[in-house]
Amino acid sequence: MMALIETNLPALQVVLPLVAAPVCAMLGRGSRSWAFATAVSWLTFLVALSLFAKTFGGTIISYEMGGWAPPIGIEYRVDVLNAFVLMIVSGMAAIVLPYARRSVAAEIPAERQSFFYTAFLLCLTGLLGVTITGDAFNVFVFLEISSLSTYALVASGAWRNKRALTAAYNYLIMGTVGATFFVIGIGMLYMVTGTLNMADLAVRIAAHGDSSTVHMGFVFILIGIGLKLAMFPLHLWLPNAYSFAPSAVTAFLAATATKVAVYVMLRFMFTVFGFDYEFQAATLEMVVLPLAILAMFAASLVAIFQDDLKRMLAYSSVAQIGYILLGLAFLTDTGLTATIIHLFNHAVTKGALFMVAGCYVLMAGTSSISGLRGVGRDMPWTTAAFVVAGFSLIGLPLTVGFISKWYLVQAALELGWWPVALLIMASSLLAIVYVWRVVETAYLQPAPEGVTRKEAPPSMLIPVWILVAMSIWFGINAMTTSAAASRAADMLIGSSQILWED
Amino acid sequence: MTDANILLLAIAIPALTPFVVAALGSRPNLRDGASVIASLATFAAVLTLLDGVIGGARPAITLLEVMPGLVLRFEIEPLGMLFATVASGLWIATAVYSIGYMRGANEKNQTRFYICFAIAIAAALGIAFSGNLFTLFIFYEVLTISTYPLVAHKETPEARKGARIYLAILMTTSILFLLVAVIWTWNIAGTMDFRAGGILEGKIDPAYVPFLLALFAFGIGKAALMPFHRWLPAAMVAPTPVSALLHAVAVVKAGVFTMLKVGTYIFGVGFLGKTGAADWLMWLAAASILIASLVAVTKDDLKARLAYSTVSQLSYITLGVALANQMGVIGGSMHIVMHAMGKITLFMCAGAIYVAAHKTKVSELDGLGRKMPITFICFTLAALSIIGLPPFGGAWSKWYLMLSAAEADQLVIIGVLMVSSLLNVAYLLPIPARAFFAPARGQVAHSLGAAAAPVREGIEEAPLLCLIPICATAIGCLILFFTVGGLYEYLLSIPILPESLP
Repeated sequence: MMALIETNLPALQVVLPLVAAPVCAMLGRGSRSWAFATAVSWLTFLVALSLFAKTFGGTIISYEMGGWAPPIGIEYRVDVLNAFVLMIVSGMAAIVLPYARRSVAAEIPAERQSFFYTAFLLCLTGLLGVTITGDAFNVFVFLEISSLSTYALVASGAWRNKRALTAAYNYLIMGTVGATFFVIGIGMLYMVTGTLNMADLAVRIAAHGDSSTVHMGFVFILIGIGLKLAMFPLHLWLPNAYSFAPSAVTAFLAATATKVAVYVMLRFMFTVFGFDYEFQAATLEMVVLPLAILAMFAASLVAIFQDDLKRMLAYSSVAQIGYILLGLAFLTDTGLTATIIHLFNHAVTKGALFMVAGCYVLMAGTSSISGLRGVGRDMPWTTAAFVVAGFSLIGLPLTVGFISKWYLVQAALELGWWPVALLIMASSLLAIVYVWRVVETAYLQPAPEGVTRKEAPPSMLIPVWILVAMSIWFGINAMTTSAAASRAADMLIGSSQILWED
Repeated sequence: MTDANILLLAIAIPALTPFVVAALGSRPNLRDGASVIASLATFAAVLTLLDGVIGGARPAITLLEVMPGLVLRFEIEPLGMLFATVASGLWIATAVYSIGYMRGANEKNQTRFYICFAIAIAAALGIAFSGNLFTLFIFYEVLTISTYPLVAHKETPEARKGARIYLAILMTTSILFLLVAVIWTWNIAGTMDFRAGGILEGKIDPAYVPFLLALFAFGIGKAALMPFHRWLPAAMVAPTPVSALLHAVAVVKAGVFTMLKVGTYIFGVGFLGKTGAADWLMWLAAASILIASLVAVTKDDLKARLAYSTVSQLSYITLGVALANQMGVIGGSMHIVMHAMGKITLFMCAGAIYVAAHKTKVSELDGLGRKMPITFICFTLAALSIIGLPPFGGAWSKWYLMLSAAEADQLVIIGVLMVSSLLNVAYLLPIPARAFFAPARGQVAHSLGAAAAPVREGIEEAPLLCLIPICATAIGCLILFFTVGGLYEYLLSIPILPESLP
């Protein structure tokens, strides 16, 4: 039995939440479906952990779906990079779901909650599927599973605020445009190579050489994924979707959805296309790099002027995606390490921050910053969590944010691009401004008259503080995450290890 | 107990004091007593270490490795030991003084005050004992953040504004310049350890040295080098004990100490001298000395005048680094001690005047000397020490700085130091002069601390707990003049040249 489970772990990773989803829909009452979904998310996380443990040493697991050999059959391929991402996604689900109960109970009518958790599990399935599969078309399929369920999840914010419907619709249009671009890109690659398996694609593209069809495919995939990961200026769907979705959904999506899209980007850019060709490298350097820097500044500036906390954090996410893309666009080992480690670091930090915002929505009844005056005295634990996670967002030492920034600046200096290094630092100053605006309002301003606010319940505070503790712990002991990230980066770039071995 | 454990203990006592203080929050006498006891215990631990360091011991301990190359490490060398002794010794004086002041002035949130105060001291000791740039940077940021609530203590709009300027300047400089400098240093030298004679010689292109030095000099915003000095006057909205210990001793001295440490152990004095990379810094420091003194002359607010005086005096120490010879380092280090002793007395006097007479402006002090003779006598003694007249400690540090300037053939700098002394006379001595000799104007002020003060005929001094520390530090200025021999011998042990390889 154990051996059977062990050999089929890659399949279980996706099948578990997929099969659980319809069961969850049939469970009826809210708390029962919540308990079931939570249990499933924990099991899924266990699977991801064991996959990570197996691949951490450098092993690559190749799993043939249904016993059909690749490249004809669908291959699930797990290496340290996607095991790392699988761990982030399933881990965040396992932390967000316990938190979700109180917040969902307040935001969604009881009879709809089982559908909510079903959609949540489907979304998880999609995100895990995208990450684990080694088949390009399969990526598209899972991307659609996760996207469709996300539209539903975002729209379920409508019970709190009707504008969630418009936000979800907007996201639907933009997301579909993105998916279409992506699938056209894959179609072009299929035209040239006649295969959909990623490893096979890489070999055949290399053998086929450079052609304008490959270029077109590259550009279509870049734009398609760019939409999904909210690459500036394709981010317009994100702020509304994040601000109007139910709090638990926002926390989960912010920590995972864009991260998975970044993973797809990394996988296609580096594994499938490679950078032997001038065109691809130039596109990243001339287009993605400036856009990333622009995102860091433009989105941070916009974040400073938001009054809604969730919206502010959403714009901050767009800026953080800028950092992630910047590391990618450096096309160096250290740059990629920064990108990959920031996937984790930002998931932990931003997850915690959005969960804090959810606590405010539930207990203080508002996510407007001006409505949170003096909240530090009424909700000390929640607000303290915001401060610590805020430190991490700024990138102060002994938090995970610092580790990411360290690698990123290091990567810029290695290339001798010190103006870029200064820009990275300058943009994190903007983070100080928007984080500190909240801190100052929460602690130093008198509470509005006649407002009673109670501290968030333990079922919400504990998950929040788990994430906060992680954002400190992995800032103090970054050995595992930096090893995983730098190994994944090495694997992607195929170069010798610069940082890890000495 | 080994020296390394005592080292940790010296940092742990103030770091753990906040918990005790918080637990005793509802019993003010016990709480304040705990602060004093903690300060005594810390000083005792530091003195034990000092004994060993004079004997040549260099205790060191590595706590943990965050990721490859980023190590949290403490290591004591003479310069850090000196700073630690000054900071922890004067903490005792301030802990006693705070009790009198905070109660006399009826300040709110006293528990928060003592908590943040102790954290700030722990951070200062962490800076003093740090064994590499990374550790130093961590505690540097901890110091910034822990002092923010102290500056914003009164929670009035002015306090919020002052605290915002404080945080903005210190954070901006540290993240934008200092962190980049740290990462750059690591990139070039492959290490961040403080080593005798520096780690950069032979590794960095000499053309870049002035630039890297500029990143450090401006990045260490706590040294208040112009044009990044604005935070210091802004921080004067804090309660006076904060201004006294933190903004005359711990915080600003952490800045100039870092400057000295970087100059001696990262660049190496010899290397700086050889390349002439610090020439511009010398002129900037000289300009900073004169301009800040000139500004101080124009200030009517007593604390603002003392703040600008601090800006000016701090640049003496930066000047000592920039002169890049052994005498400069000795003069600069000595000035840490001399200026600390003098300036803390001046600030505590300013606080005593506020508590007893509720006066904050120089122009309001006419005739007050007859009511508060002890305070103003101590003020005079400390002012004379700051000016640099014998028989007060301040004379010696200026003497060694002049020797250093002579050694570097910078006669203009000698002139600057002399003019600055004259300016010191111009802005400091009128204060006691007016208090003693000008006739009192207007009606008699009512004492705030009357209940606690020894009321004699015509005498309305501050509470006894304020007066004792003032007298102690004022006498300290005198004693330092006569004990300078030992201090000089000690400072000679700061390694200037690289350790010769066996």
